[in-house]
Amino acid sequence: MHASKIASPLAVGRNVPRKDSAEKVAGAAKYVDDLVFPGMLYGRTIRSTIPRGRIAATRLAFDQRGFVVADYRDIPGRNVVALIEDDQPFLAEREIRHTAEPILLLAHESRDLLLRAHVEIGYERENPVLDPESSPTAFKSLAIDKGEIEDGFSEADIIIEGEYRTGHQEHIYIETNGVIAVPQDGGITLLGSMQCPFYVHKALKSMLGWSDERIRVVQTETGGGFGGKEEYPSLIAGHAALLALKANRPVKIVYDRAEDMIATTKRHPAIVRHRTGVKRDGRLTAMDIDIVMDAGAYVTLSPVVLSRGAIHAAGPYRCDHVRVRGRAMMTNTPPNGAFRGFGAPQTQFAVEVHMERIAETLGIDPVKLRETNAFRPGDTTSTGQILGEDCSALDVLRRAVRRSGFRTRQRRYAGTNRGIGLALFYHGSGFTGGGEVRLASKASLGLTERGVQILVASTEIGQGTRTMHAQIVADALGVPFDDVYPVQPDTSNVPDSGPTVASRTCMVVGRILQQCAEEMKTRLGGMTPREFFAAHGPMIVTSEYEGPSGIKWDDSTYRGDAYSTYAWACDVAEVEINPDTFEVRPLKLTCVHDIGKAIHPVLVAGQIEGGTAQGIGYALIEQVVMREGSMANAQLTNYTIPTTLDTPPIDVVIVENPSRYGPHGAKGVGELPIDGPAPAIVNAVRSIGIDLREIPAVPEIVMKAIDLGKGKTDARHVPL
Amino acid sequence: MKGVIAGLEMREPSSLDEALSAMRNDPSLVPLAGCTDLYVALNFGTLESTRFLNLWSIDELRVIEKSNDALSIGALTTYKSIIQSKLVRKRLPMLISAAREIGGAQIHNRGTLGGNIANGSPAGDTLPVLAAADATVVMRSADAERRVPLTQFYTGYRKSVLRADELIVAVEIPSFSGKQWFRKVGTRAAQAISKVVMAAVRSPRPRIALGSVAPTVIRLPMTEGALEEGAPIQEAQRILMDEISPIDDMRSTEEYRRRVASNLLGRFWAETE
Amino acid sequence: MTSISVTVNGATRKHDVEPRMLLVHYLREVLGLTGTHVGCDTSQCGACCVCVDGLVVKSCTVLAVQANGSKVTTIEGMSAPGLLHPLQEAFWEEHGLQCGFCTPGMIMAADDLLRRNPTPTEEEIRAGLDGNLCRCTGYHNIVKAVQRAAGRMGQTRDTFTIDAMAGKTDEFPTPAAKH
Repeated sequence: MHASKIASPLAVGRNVPRKDSAEKVAGAAKYVDDLVFPGMLYGRTIRSTIPRGRIAATRLAFDQRGFVVADYRDIPGRNVVALIEDDQPFLAEREIRHTAEPILLLAHESRDLLLRAHVEIGYERENPVLDPESSPTAFKSLAIDKGEIEDGFSEADIIIEGEYRTGHQEHIYIETNGVIAVPQDGGITLLGSMQCPFYVHKALKSMLGWSDERIRVVQTETGGGFGGKEEYPSLIAGHAALLALKANRPVKIVYDRAEDMIATTKRHPAIVRHRTGVKRDGRLTAMDIDIVMDAGAYVTLSPVVLSRGAIHAAGPYRCDHVRVRGRAMMTNTPPNGAFRGFGAPQTQFAVEVHMERIAETLGIDPVKLRETNAFRPGDTTSTGQILGEDCSALDVLRRAVRRSGFRTRQRRYAGTNRGIGLALFYHGSGFTGGGEVRLASKASLGLTERGVQILVASTEIGQGTRTMHAQIVADALGVPFDDVYPVQPDTSNVPDSGPTVASRTCMVVGRILQQCAEEMKTRLGGMTPREFFAAHGPMIVTSEYEGPSGIKWDDSTYRGDAYSTYAWACDVAEVEINPDTFEVRPLKLTCVHDIGKAIHPVLVAGQIEGGTAQGIGYALIEQVVMREGSMANAQLTNYTIPTTLDTPPIDVVIVENPSRYGPHGAKGVGELPIDGPAPAIVNAVRSIGIDLREIPAVPEIVMKAIDLGKGKTDARHVPL
Repeated sequence: MKGVIAGLEMREPSSLDEALSAMRNDPSLVPLAGCTDLYVALNFGTLESTRFLNLWSIDELRVIEKSNDALSIGALTTYKSIIQSKLVRKRLPMLISAAREIGGAQIHNRGTLGGNIANGSPAGDTLPVLAAADATVVMRSADAERRVPLTQFYTGYRKSVLRADELIVAVEIPSFSGKQWFRKVGTRAAQAISKVVMAAVRSPRPRIALGSVAPTVIRLPMTEGALEEGAPIQEAQRILMDEISPIDDMRSTEEYRRRVASNLLGRFWAETE
Repeated sequence: MTSISVTVNGATRKHDVEPRMLLVHYLREVLGLTGTHVGCDTSQCGACCVCVDGLVVKSCTVLAVQANGSKVTTIEGMSAPGLLHPLQEAFWEEHGLQCGFCTPGMIMAADDLLRRNPTPTEEEIRAGLDGNLCRCTGYHNIVKAVQRAAGRMGQTRDTFTIDAMAGKTDEFPTPAAKH
């Protein structure tokens, strides 16, 4: 492991102060809505109010003095948000595929007049497709095959089937989306709340038909992302740019909460069906899995969300015969997109609840069933990847059982309205398959008068990018942590380090920075950075991602090494159900996570605590109510996320089983924590005797599950 | 999405009399105080009024006192003052339980009892307490004062007997005995809108009031009558399920509300024995 | 337009404002105090919390004219430039923040809580902050920060310099159990 090369690390592994705390605690950090430019106008998006149809007529029913109005005809380049498929327009031309689809843009210096401006849009309505299972259009279908599924079933003593459903989830970053476009000198600068400045850059180049250097994208301080600011800011930036170029003045578009919830992406709802062959002793012989995800109206990132979901669908379990079929279906609802976990929370919810049902059916203890089947080093995943020594499934399971006092509590809670359950899960670090090699991310280090400057496109969205990168660089260079400082990502100033997604910012970009620092150290030739600067002036070192050798992946067959490494975890949830109200209250979560190496243990624990809280919301209270293809509860009043009182104590244990590829052995940590809470909580509810197979498990759903369970002989204990 | 908030007009009376005469002269004025409900409606464009009367500085409406053995609570009393009041704690502890569950500290500091009544949401958390306590709403206009029992105050969904020239100035709660009980069932543990909310008093003549199960807060005379006559709780629960008329909405379902209301009645009965 | 006079962070400010103007917009747009944030428009998230006459409020549901004659403290007024309030210091030290958007409102709510109850239990801290939403932290480190500040505010020191924070690299506890 790399750490062995470094004498007495100074920063890595220690809880150094965050680089951005001073501004944030003082209220001095500048988020996009805090910025004002001379002559700035405010922008507003006029959106469709029907889920499907064609625009028949638009009429501007207001006094247009002082207004700038833009529609698709103002787009000089291509009217598509460049991402995976070129299907989503910046502004609808004729066809409407979902409610809240952008049609027209208005700008004015008075926000009141802007809000008052009334635009009449006439439609030819068509019947919307709202059920993904009856949709005629699959944006993506994929197949993973390992062994011969029928052989696996013929080896089985018992076959167990089940269907599991997960709902939409809204990100609820506390800062809503926003972008400011500033035209200047024949070019344009976009400043905004975002995860991926180069995604915005690419989308704007295509929309404007401009060359690279005329477009500059700068990330402003970002109030949370969770995937919700991965692809969507490209759309807002396009809108702001169109208005700003037409007005030749800066234009700010900041969504209010309702618009952000109605219009922007959410987690894909999923229906996952399992058919599993098992031996009486619990060994899995065949796993046949069918996944349907609701993609919404445009492709956006659905193929890769489905892909990650499918790769994780069989759980961290050895099984010789696996068949996974996945489809991402088009519906006339706002497009679903990236959200922390990226498909894996849906499929791992299904497999972990299914495993619990297998244990129940066989009469085997759920821990024992997982011990029997958990991946060991040398085992092969559903894509044929052979796991190395960095596989910790069994270790995290056993630690979590011990740490939580699982056995004791299981006994203590028996026959009460309390329950305990667990989920074993994993998450591939970085882009799927050959994604990282294709990205060929770059990072730079600059030697300046002030010290060492980190030049990356990786954004700080709260997760600690600035701090963690500085720790890695400081140690690799052998300089104090305080001498290393980050710069705000600005496409005119930093290399393309790839997007800030997929739990790759530490493992992949951190590793490139480590390479940069190693090279810079060589070039320093024994001098300190200050000595070198005094003698030779500034220096910049740039390095590019080198794919680990021996990693092979085939996108057409879904065979090979899906990820260079996986992070492993086991969550134990303890819950109490209120017999009067059917509310499930989490009492405690124990989270044992192997993330390779904690560069900054408190930041890592913060990711686990925050992701777990978000997972608790996903499991129990966060319900997107869709009516006619539109979110009906688009306010924080009625879409409820966990408060202090909904979040129980979270006992975090960090396990460090290093990966060969990340800096100091680090694996990805950002997404792993959201994969586990929902199945752990639902399994804890199951342990009380309630057959739940759906989230969010709001009390209304729990009540129905209890009703269905009454009178069934296999319900072990129904105290309610 | 945001409603238009341009063109608002705000009047700033410095006394109750001044406020009442402003309302007599201009019945289109909408009184406001803590704004914790009103601004949300304004923001979402669901409030059509544009002319407002700011009552926040009228301290004479912030008094909590005993008057003729009744407990009188001024309309502008904040939830925080209710929570801190020894008199309320002694006389009407279930009102403190309700006040605690309305929003966080910030809302306790701004939200008022009179506002909760005037807003008239069927989910208003203090309303079942006031209904179960046989509270009287005291309304005043420039010309006269009148009193209406809370149970007769509402005439329909967010509709009441309050006239455009009248202000709610206080509520009066007569002295009563019996164990008080309150339970709110929301969409999460804090800052939630009620799916079912119950306040009840265990006495020889039990009183039970529910919120969020009908267009207005309701008392349950048939259920109360059955309990008074000594019917078993299971029978009272059956009567309750027939007596309420909840609906499906984005927060919950008709069936859930009915079942939970029945369960709460059972819990109330068991806990107040 | 209505004339108002408000003492904000110790300085008296007089302006003519539209009656419809919210306090949060007055603070952010008229006074340029952008540390007070807007997160929801429905008085749920608490990012807009400020202190008015000693009580924490959500400034998105208070009209600027309603603050006429009041004393308002925002996050910018919690400490003198270059200094930190014990709560700000504790949020820094305990990593009671990630994206930072909820942080100013959270600190203002915590300040209100500690003025009401200088020695709160964990339960009381959670109840006292239930009007403020954080999506990043799971609240764990926020609760720890308030506990730490409470302990320190009971003592004599009032403010800390930002410089004193630099270089404090290893004083914070590690939750990790090593492999």
